[in-house]
Amino acid sequence: MSKKNTRILIVDDEEIIRESLSGWLGKDGYTIGTAPDGLTALKLMEEHPWTILLVDLKMPGIDGLEVLKRVKERWSDTAVLIMTAYATVDTAVNAMKAGAFDYVVKPFDPEEVSLVVEKIVAQQALVRENVILRKALKKEYRFHDLVTKSPALLATLELAKTAARSASTVLVLGESGTGKELLARAIHAESPRNGKPFVAMSCAALTETLLESELFGYEKGAFTGANARREGKFEAASGGTLFLDEIGDISPKLQLDLLRVLEERRVTRVGGTESLAVDVRIIAATNRDLRRAVEEGRFRQDLFYRLNVITITLIPLRDRKEDIPLLVDRLLEQLSSELKRPVERVSPEAMAILLAHTWPGNVRELRNVLERAIVVSEGPVLEARHLGLNLQEGSASGATPEHPASLEEIERQYIGSVLRQSGGNVTQAARILDIDRVTLYAKIRKYGLKRAEDGEFEPATPA
Amino acid sequence: MSEVLLLWFGQKRPAADLLEGVRRSVEREFDRAVRVGLSPERPEDAFDARRGQHSSTRILAWLKDRHEGAHRVLGVTDADLFIPILTFVFGEAQLSGRAAVVSTARLGDTPLIPGEAARIALRLQKEAVHELGHTFGLLHCADARCAMARSPSLRHVDAKSPVLCRACRARTRELSENGDVHEQEEHANPDRR
Ligand SMILES: [Zn+2]
Ligand SMILES: [Zn+2]
Repeated sequence: MSKKNTRILIVDDEEIIRESLSGWLGKDGYTIGTAPDGLTALKLMEEHPWTILLVDLKMPGIDGLEVLKRVKERWSDTAVLIMTAYATVDTAVNAMKAGAFDYVVKPFDPEEVSLVVEKIVAQQALVRENVILRKALKKEYRFHDLVTKSPALLATLELAKTAARSASTVLVLGESGTGKELLARAIHAESPRNGKPFVAMSCAALTETLLESELFGYEKGAFTGANARREGKFEAASGGTLFLDEIGDISPKLQLDLLRVLEERRVTRVGGTESLAVDVRIIAATNRDLRRAVEEGRFRQDLFYRLNVITITLIPLRDRKEDIPLLVDRLLEQLSSELKRPVERVSPEAMAILLAHTWPGNVRELRNVLERAIVVSEGPVLEARHLGLNLQEGSASGATPEHPASLEEIERQYIGSVLRQSGGNVTQAARILDIDRVTLYAKIRKYGLKRAEDGEFEPATPA
Repeated sequence: MSEVLLLWFGQKRPAADLLEGVRRSVEREFDRAVRVGLSPERPEDAFDARRGQHSSTRILAWLKDRHEGAHRVLGVTDADLFIPILTFVFGEAQLSGRAAVVSTARLGDTPLIPGEAARIALRLQKEAVHELGHTFGLLHCADARCAMARSPSLRHVDAKSPVLCRACRARTRELSENGDVHEQEEHANPDRR
């Protein structure tokens, strides 16, 4: 889809905003339209739906949130980007809940607006090509060391692939154990920098001074114990990629230092006077909510914008349970050769337990559980008793049954979780579960799974 | 006839060869005669006290009336420019229109630092060619070295050259053969002829 075919409608009651935004995006080659209010926007949508809507939150008449809701109801393919001059977190969060693609607070950085639109275009292209479901359902999808059958993760990995080709800074979000470093390595391997070094560095658990000298290096005599000049990670990664994990943990001073490096592309060693030019692509990661940290003043907004050029969010394992059998296969293969124990598979009961567990530690936890199980196992098959997991943790609703659950109970919980994941889409859930829709409907009835008001599936009776 | 007027309206007087560099770049890239002028007046309503910056859109409107026979007016200033949605811009232009403006305010530190004046001058040439390119109907170019590459930050400005890539140059020729200034612009200014 060419830029010209991407039709962007700008909805704002202020003429000057409509003009400046259409001028800015028009020069990128998109087809631009404008509407001074919500009603006009909806009327224009009726005539010929627009691919992207940029909507101001505060407008007389129908406000931005209402426009968003009505558009999402009828034209679910249209992406809505909310603009707000009032940085109220609540309304922006409401907008996200109501299906906005993202929100931006006016005035934004020049780099931000075009990039967020590019991001929308990239994601829409994916949806349109429909590669997501087809690929995921037919066979597993692989992006270097990451494998999946989950449509959501697949979309994420496609985005990562696109990001790899650009030179932009990438921010990887996700709970611990979701594979943020694996993703960073994959992006590096897929990028034009793949012949150059990949350097990983965790910013947590180091004192400010230690982290500073690790990152920027030091000159001989810079501090006690600095007996020789040492190069920092920025220099070590020269020409390649520097992965900064747990970026949400760095001190205000280091935030400022890092911002300078990103802006000036130069570093100065601790105790040094000359600055050295560095050519390094940064991939940062965190399991914290950086946006909130910015709002609460704990993380610099300017640094956040620099890092947040492309954001990739890795979903937790509990939201892609269809990947568990796949991951188990792969991990067993890997671990049994590492541990020199020929384990071939897990028993059906053990698999049921693995599927029902909520995996707070994500793939890393799965790996640890399997490793422990292989060590204590005797034969080629891992049994439920080897896993050291009980089903109490596995209860999806958070209730803790007193007794071990039956297979039926596990099936009930698992179907419930797949339905939640697919947003209540029975066709999609049936495909993930690999059963036909009639069977799925029968099971929904049998287990009393009902649609809750917010579109999620919940057991009708307490678990 | 198809002359470009290069108009300085900054607070301070421009460094000696600043405008000369812009003039040479523009002349070379667009093959037009360029006349350099210093404006005695300033755009009055362009300053936004709340933001402490100048509205580039209002400056464009002001420049449009100062063409004195020139087919394009390129304003050059040291005022910090903004458009309402963005924190700042290096410049702005009317797409297929008559006026463009570029600013030195965000192009580097104070020219007093040795070597900085030359850096700012080179960056200004790139942005001047870029914005004028828009007035000739050029859109952003995917070639990061082309003057028409989008440059939201200094890093991007530095990555490009003050020269149009072959595709953009060919496109300029094509566009100028199909009439100089966009139709709509003509209608928007009925009192011009
Ligand atoms: Zn431009
Ligand atoms: Zn070009």
